Amino acid sequence: MTKPAPKLPTPRQPFPFSAIVGQGDMKTAMILTAIDPGIGGVLVFGDRGTGKSTAVRALAALLPPIEAVEGCPINAPRRELCPDWAEITSDRIVTRPTPVVDLPLGVTEDRVVGALDIERALTRGEKAFEPGLLARANRGYLYIDEVNLLEDNIVDLLLDVAQSGENVVEREGLSIRHPARFVLVGSGNPEEGELRPQLLDRFGLSVEVTSPRDIDTRVEVIRRRDAYENQYDKFMKTWRVQDSDLQARILAARVALPKLKTPGAVLHDCAALCLALGSDGLRGELTLLRAARALAAYEGDASVQRRHLRQVAPMALSHRLRRDPLDEAGSAARVARTLGEVLP
Amino acid sequence: MNALKSDAPVADAPVADAPVTDSALSPAWARVQLALLVLAVDPAGLGGLWLRARVGPVREAVIAGLAAVPLPVRRLHPGLGDEALFGGLDLTATLAEGRQVRTEGILARPSLLLLTMAERCPPGLAARLAQALDRPRHALVALDEGAEAEEVLPPVLADRLALFLALDDIPLAERVPLSLDAPVIAAARLRLGRVRVPERAATVLTGVAASLGIDSLRAPLLALRLARVLAALRGHSGVRREDISTAAELVFAHRATRWPEVVDAPPPAPEPEPDQPSDTQGESRPGPEDIPEELILAAVRAALPQSLLDRLAAARVARASAGATGAGEARAGQRHGRPLAARPGPPSAGQRLDLIATLRAAAPWQRIRREAALADRLVHIRPSDLRIKRHEDRSERVVIFAVDASGSAALARLAEAKGAVELLLARAYAKRDHVALIAFRGAGAELMLPPTRSLVQTKRRLAGLPGGGGTPLAAALQLAQATAVRARAKGLTPILAPRRKPPQRPGRDAAFRRW
Repeated sequence: MTKPAPKLPTPRQPFPFSAIVGQGDMKTAMILTAIDPGIGGVLVFGDRGTGKSTAVRALAALLPPIEAVEGCPINAPRRELCPDWAEITSDRIVTRPTPVVDLPLGVTEDRVVGALDIERALTRGEKAFEPGLLARANRGYLYIDEVNLLEDNIVDLLLDVAQSGENVVEREGLSIRHPARFVLVGSGNPEEGELRPQLLDRFGLSVEVTSPRDIDTRVEVIRRRDAYENQYDKFMKTWRVQDSDLQARILAARVALPKLKTPGAVLHDCAALCLALGSDGLRGELTLLRAARALAAYEGDASVQRRHLRQVAPMALSHRLRRDPLDEAGSAARVARTLGEVLP
Repeated sequence: MNALKSDAPVADAPVADAPVTDSALSPAWARVQLALLVLAVDPAGLGGLWLRARVGPVREAVIAGLAAVPLPVRRLHPGLGDEALFGGLDLTATLAEGRQVRTEGILARPSLLLLTMAERCPPGLAARLAQALDRPRHALVALDEGAEAEEVLPPVLADRLALFLALDDIPLAERVPLSLDAPVIAAARLRLGRVRVPERAATVLTGVAASLGIDSLRAPLLALRLARVLAALRGHSGVRREDISTAAELVFAHRATRWPEVVDAPPPAPEPEPDQPSDTQGESRPGPEDIPEELILAAVRAALPQSLLDRLAAARVARASAGATGAGEARAGQRHGRPLAARPGPPSAGQRLDLIATLRAAAPWQRIRREAALADRLVHIRPSDLRIKRHEDRSERVVIFAVDASGSAALARLAEAKGAVELLLARAYAKRDHVALIAFRGAGAELMLPPTRSLVQTKRRLAGLPGGGGTPLAAALQLAQATAVRARAKGLTPILAPRRKPPQRPGRDAAFRRW
């Protein structure tokens, strides 16, 4: 008996970013990192089925393309920045989409940092380097789904690279280093396990998502998802326009960002807020300021204002507080409370 | 949508009305048959089936019925490694051909994944499979043989599977051959793309899911998908009320976390207006536009026996709080657990050679060694190349708190006791221990929280702990011991911390000390 072959779905673009219903904080956080990658990535924590992964995968479509040397494994912008081991001969600069590299859970160390190119070693007896995911993610995004379930040894590795921006490979007689500057985007469900505080600190912003509580929003989610699955072309046509509008806005914000004024009062507010919250180190202040600037640029304002700070403070600071494991309300509530006291 | 109007080409196609409403089948068995039929029509869209049953002829019959699903069946087991799932280096072929040859992983092609002993599926594997299911290519059938309520499929998978069947209550006598006609299934698959969905279907399904306390939005989505499949199977041109009702039954019944008490009255959720200004095809509206949520709720309620639902709900809570431990495996020796990176060194007792890592280490030197070697060998390996396998080998501790919440304690200092437990909890958190919480009061002791690492959960349970009643110390100790034994069976090291109000009655405290 021959079974009829199942109809495979045609390769689809991910669900459009603008079509995601609600989840304002998560969307804002992602837009902010797209405007200023220096903010340092987003961590999305939340329940099952709240659109965490959907949003991250949709992000790729929003990111403006980058220019890189043709064939360069680390997406170097100029020929002289290409690593020697890559043996790049081309001088051509090509435009490619911002890399969004998926770091799958079961990934091995070899695949992450790169390893000996077995094929060349076997056939030609040459020691050659086969770049890993960190090389591919350079100048782009590294996305880890279920980040809290990642193996410890991989986490250690990422911590080091995310900090230094450089991947150092010392193994199998290879000694290689290459830049690996990427924006870390993670998502996970806190019920499945905790995230190590060190890794937590590497994320610039963190947001918590919950399933929408009101029926109309939920119905709208279902409608759109159903339309995406069953009337794909029509649906994409509607939303692609919105996505490209959003992309244009992000690009405009990037241009506006350097010209943005930061009044001294805002700096003062940042410091006062972080002091009151007792966040460790100065990374909190810096991220807070950067995020507030990105938000101001996104909203088309000429200078950063207190209301920008107020909006980004929970996502920039809540994961940096010295954690009180028994604080029931969670640190987001603590930030909100302090916000009310310090920046009335 | 305009292309959907013509029903003519499918009018003659076989329709599954007969088998779906076959009166010769017992209701439970008819449900099994329907579940298999819909799965065969749209395996990837529905995610799959959670099959909770012990091994036996009934389960075998259902598994045999999976042959109707048009995907190759691949068997998985909870200990499956990443290489098997995602593929890895094919060593023999690589060496023979002198170029890198990779084996194909199980997930490389669309297949029907049959996960055996799904209740023991570790969280890592569950997360990988969940990611695979998110791209709708595969379907998963989770064979859950859990004997106890807390042994269930990991929620991350359960959330993605539309269908659920519990077979243990089906007597063998009811098992008759399943009629899964290939032409019926094929015809339904053809019709599927053209099934119209009334505007209100999504509203109704979402509303019903909400009033059943189902948080995940995947549930109404899967139900909508299933309603479509059912309509296709029954030869309807659009989704009708009975399709929605059956879909809700199949998808929602086992997910419900609460039951609206009054089923006859309208649910508390505000009913959106049933006006349909956006319905452009008024003349061919597929079903009755008025689909009362109450009727569907009643249908869901009738779908499964209450006792089973209670058990499942309890299990879900237990499982959700079990956190990262999952159905933990025994962690002993160098042969179990998740693999870590290989380490150089000769294999000794209890350690295994990591062949691939060894060859990897030896590979670059082959040419040089071949030239220097006296003997002609295919591969030249020196002792310095040897790599040994390492596995994660960690025995974790679980601290079991038994809190006295009896009336005397409640009067005196339950709050203080709670405070003390919280301090201990914080210490346990610092050491990454698991925590379990037992409260004893009134007539018996209760396991408030099975071993978990989630402190927030523990704290919440502790805060909500009511006081009052007698002091059933013996029951508490017994339960604590049972919990400890179970924890040890999972490879955890149990530690008991009985907490009660400060010593006033020496007799009982002596009992603690002796214990």
